[in-house]
Amino acid sequence: MLEIKNLHATIDGKEILKGINLTINPGEVHAIMGPNGSGKSTLSYVLSGRDGYEVTEGSVTFQGKDLLAMEAEERAAEGVFLAFQYPVEIPGVSNTTFLKTALNAVRKHKGLPELDAMQFLKLIRAKAKALNMNDDMIKRAVNVGFSGGEKKRNDILQMAMLEPGFAILDETDSGLDIDALKLVADGVNSLRSPERSMLVITHYQRLLSYIVPDHVHVLAYGKIVRSGGKELALELEAKGYAEFGSPEAA
Amino acid sequence: MAATEQTVEQVRAVTEQKYKYGFTTEIESDLAPKGLNEDIVRFISAKKGEPEWLLEWRLQAYRHWLTMEEPTWAMVDFPKIDYQDSHYYAAPKAAKDKPKSLDEVDPELLATYEKLGIPLKEQAILAGVEGAGEMPAVAVDAVFDSVSVATTFKKKLEEKGIIFCSISEAIREHPELVRKYMGSVVPYSDNYYATLNCAVFTDGSFVYIPKGVRCPMELSTYFRINASNTGQFERTLIIADEGSYVSYLEGCTAPMRDENQLHAAVVELVAMDDATIKYSTVQNWYPGDENGKGGIYNFVTKRGACRGKNSKISWTQVETGSAITWKYPSCILQGDNSVGEFYSVAITNNYQQADTGTKMIHIGKNTRSTIVAKGISAGKAQSTYRGLVRILPKAEGARNYTQCDSLLIGDKCGAHTVPYIESRNRTARVEHEATTAKISEDQLFYCRARGLSEEDAVGLIVNGFCREVLKELPMEFAVEAQKLVAISLEGSVG
Amino acid sequence: MAAIATLKDLYETLSPGLPGAGAAGLDRLRADGYARFLADGIPTPKVEGWKYTNLRDLAGVSLAPAQGTVDTAANTDFDVPSVAPGETHRLVFVDGAFNAALSAVGPLPQGVTLDSLRDLIEASPAYAAEVLDRFPAPKADTGLRVGPNPGRGQSGGLVGLNGAFLAEGAVLTVGEGVKLAQPVEIVFIATAADGAWHPRLLIDVAAGAEVTVAEHHVARGGGATFANIVSGVRVGEGAILRHAKFQEEAETALHLASVTATVAASATYETFVLTTGGRLARTDVQVRLEGSGASTRVSGAYGVDGSRHADFTSLIDHVAANCTSREVVKGVIDGRGRAVFQGKIIVRPDAQKTDGHQLNRALLLSDTAEIDAKPELEIYADDVKCSHGATAGELDEEALFYLRARGIPADTARALLIAAFLDEVAEEIGDKRLRGYAMARIQERIGRLTGITVDTDATVLGE
Repeated sequence: MLEIKNLHATIDGKEILKGINLTINPGEVHAIMGPNGSGKSTLSYVLSGRDGYEVTEGSVTFQGKDLLAMEAEERAAEGVFLAFQYPVEIPGVSNTTFLKTALNAVRKHKGLPELDAMQFLKLIRAKAKALNMNDDMIKRAVNVGFSGGEKKRNDILQMAMLEPGFAILDETDSGLDIDALKLVADGVNSLRSPERSMLVITHYQRLLSYIVPDHVHVLAYGKIVRSGGKELALELEAKGYAEFGSPEAA
Repeated sequence: MAATEQTVEQVRAVTEQKYKYGFTTEIESDLAPKGLNEDIVRFISAKKGEPEWLLEWRLQAYRHWLTMEEPTWAMVDFPKIDYQDSHYYAAPKAAKDKPKSLDEVDPELLATYEKLGIPLKEQAILAGVEGAGEMPAVAVDAVFDSVSVATTFKKKLEEKGIIFCSISEAIREHPELVRKYMGSVVPYSDNYYATLNCAVFTDGSFVYIPKGVRCPMELSTYFRINASNTGQFERTLIIADEGSYVSYLEGCTAPMRDENQLHAAVVELVAMDDATIKYSTVQNWYPGDENGKGGIYNFVTKRGACRGKNSKISWTQVETGSAITWKYPSCILQGDNSVGEFYSVAITNNYQQADTGTKMIHIGKNTRSTIVAKGISAGKAQSTYRGLVRILPKAEGARNYTQCDSLLIGDKCGAHTVPYIESRNRTARVEHEATTAKISEDQLFYCRARGLSEEDAVGLIVNGFCREVLKELPMEFAVEAQKLVAISLEGSVG
Repeated sequence: MAAIATLKDLYETLSPGLPGAGAAGLDRLRADGYARFLADGIPTPKVEGWKYTNLRDLAGVSLAPAQGTVDTAANTDFDVPSVAPGETHRLVFVDGAFNAALSAVGPLPQGVTLDSLRDLIEASPAYAAEVLDRFPAPKADTGLRVGPNPGRGQSGGLVGLNGAFLAEGAVLTVGEGVKLAQPVEIVFIATAADGAWHPRLLIDVAAGAEVTVAEHHVARGGGATFANIVSGVRVGEGAILRHAKFQEEAETALHLASVTATVAASATYETFVLTTGGRLARTDVQVRLEGSGASTRVSGAYGVDGSRHADFTSLIDHVAANCTSREVVKGVIDGRGRAVFQGKIIVRPDAQKTDGHQLNRALLLSDTAEIDAKPELEIYADDVKCSHGATAGELDEEALFYLRARGIPADTARALLIAAFLDEVAEEIGDKRLRGYAMARIQERIGRLTGITVDTDATVLGE
């Protein structure tokens, strides 16, 4: 489904990713763990197409297509979804308007008919209910005045609506207390399916107790330095990242 | 409201004779005849033995000044100034030839500065430094009425190639530098008061920091108006060459006199590539009495040019004195990535009026400016923040953040905010915020319930209100400024 | 100045033919107006309040009364804008002249009158003069400043010009305690290629009354016309006036308007101004909060592109204690457009417990757009809460990326963010009909600006 080959990327001329190789098959959940500054968020932004990151070498293929050649919105329409570490507040744009516009843009790309207001409202209400989000939350401006947990739930609601083939969860656990974390993890787990792959990026093992990965990779200073099963996460939790060295060593 | 009446009463009680710098020094003065004309301009130039080009420049300015009108846009009100009823040159007789060393300075003058708390004895300061271990040395240029009477630490600074002297001396000793830079930031035709200054300026300080030099001590000028019926027109010129750094302090006082005295200064700063100039002012000219009688008209033009890339000019001012303050220390951000800062506290009490602020002109790419202005009004005073942020079309990525806060103490004063924001670049981001508040009864009560007197509580709260600005001052100035803030407002409770 | 010479001729030629000419009251009002025009002239950028708006274009504008060519009586499909079609009382003016055929005033409750000024003058010049005198003329913005104050913010010349040709306009009076359910609409339609009109709009809402007024300025084939509108508003004790103006004239039109409102104790004056038309459009709003507990909400949204110019100038004068004011003005500037915001809050010495807030935000979409903002506070009372904020910048890149990461194409995302930016101003409008209409007009304008029609909350949520 997703194939990353020898990916190098720079920001402001500084190389952050130094040759990433990763293959994710349909239905798999991969976790990327690593110390701060290892390039975890850079990887998520490079995959989702944010401006300001320059890919200097390597390739990323998504469902057989060259992902890097696409604009951010094309990637989203193709089914790549980024759950943000810090979801942005957008005053004045209500969740409903935002999601209707997004969903119909994605549907249009897939050659599906656009949903009208009635169909859309029915769908979003159903999905929101599953995530324990009330009508007020979906009518409010995107993430404005939301708590940390509400913002993350809102991102998961968007994922549920857009039904991506591949989701990147960037430090989804950051800023969440244990109850909020469970709620978000339940939401994510309910979206797991044999057709949908996920890349869970996290600093701590905690999240991985709730969203259990098939594979765990350690990203340190721009490279994947170790890969293993879910037990690797526990090992890291116990030992920390010290053994993976310092930036100079990489 | 009982509290308000009480406040008014207290303000009245404490403001009488509070100005502790109001004494006069009995010293014989060498005075120019009253009045202003070309002959006076020639007289001043001749007194100072100036070269012909400078006299020509003065005359050009004088002739231009005659065609100008006094600005009326500021929120200040004062009777028309009779420019003929003032002396444009006053110098202590003993200082006719500037003393070669501190030993030759008139003891009466040394005593005056001592009384003002300005150290002019290098040895004493040095001893103090070694003793205390933390108070850094400060080099001082002392300007008494129209002339510089002493400059300390010149030798020590010369070792690093730093020039710190009076502007008169600079004109004699370093004419190439003066001629190149004087008037290059504030042109002779700039504005009414600056143009007048160009014609009749008498002395001031000159600083040149060579390439790559970090000035090892704070430089400072201390201005004192002593003679009556005189105006003070000083000029300061500071040039920080590539990669250099200097922190400069300026302090001012004047005796208590019933007449208003004009102080129209010009300060020009030039920062080249990667240079930083930090300019701090504690302005405590005589503010006039509690009935608004007397006091200094402080009409000052201060401007810095960030000519080089990555250069920085930071203005910090604490304005507590003067009957009227009219000054807008500004930055012209020409060099890419250059930075301008303006931190200001303006306290007005009784009948004081202050119209002060800044101009930040963004010309280069990624230029940044920060403005933090705190205005405090008490008594019947009027305090105005007036500022301009202008983003020119080429200033890609420019940033400005402005915050203006006003605090009113009592219901007979005024606090005003007049910002102008002009942006002509899409990628620039400009943010301006202004608020007005009073000292709440709750805050006061809270402090008093913890054992503070009402006066201390006000001092504390106002100092807190000004903290963001005061923390920008060099340490030796900050303590003095905090005391001054409290003294200026003693007894005024809102 | 050529314009003045032309005007002198015009004034002398037209005066005798104006309604009520010869009646003492009206002759005096017109003579006063003309004298004021001669004394103050057309404001220039040397006048502080006109620093950023230059009226030099006025020199090339025809000041003769506009002559329309459209036979509105015969044209039943004539497109008259409305916030609630068929459910409002409306007076329609075509090229500045009252048009009875297009107007529609239903049965009005006792105590409510809605008349064309011309009709009122023709019926009784004396009564008309008395009504006109009831409204204070806009004052030069002087504030209370202590210093000399030469010619700040003066629009006296333009108000004078309006007075000199006083004839057309609308007069709405709402009697004590009357709550008028249907909005009143005052519609100005330009059909002429050029020419000028100087209408006077007077709204008098008595104690305890409530009314909603929508003012439209649109072009139906109109060109380089010049509208010079002067409005007087009185809101009596405890009364509520919700007022919205939709300025959507042709891109070649000139639109200058000044509104002077007085608000009595516990009364509310809400005013919203949408500025999307005109080569140069300026609205100058002065609100005096005269009684304890009075409140006002002043909001404005503008969109300029091409080489157009929009100016929103306001003065909120807190005269009495315990009053609140809130002002939100936001706009979008594209092309070589230029926008001006000047907003001043005065808090007079006795206006304790004032709560005054002001926000101005500008969005620059092109490299040649310009914003000039001057938010001012002038405060003479200590127990007050006042603030203002102003920002200028481009669209938030973070937000843009967020939208794109959800599959929304870049240009749609941009349009959506622009709409959201302006919709926030429309949110300030209390009356649902005015708000809905304002949002629809904003969408329409953004659609024309960006070529993209975005969904609105109204279309999505069916609200």
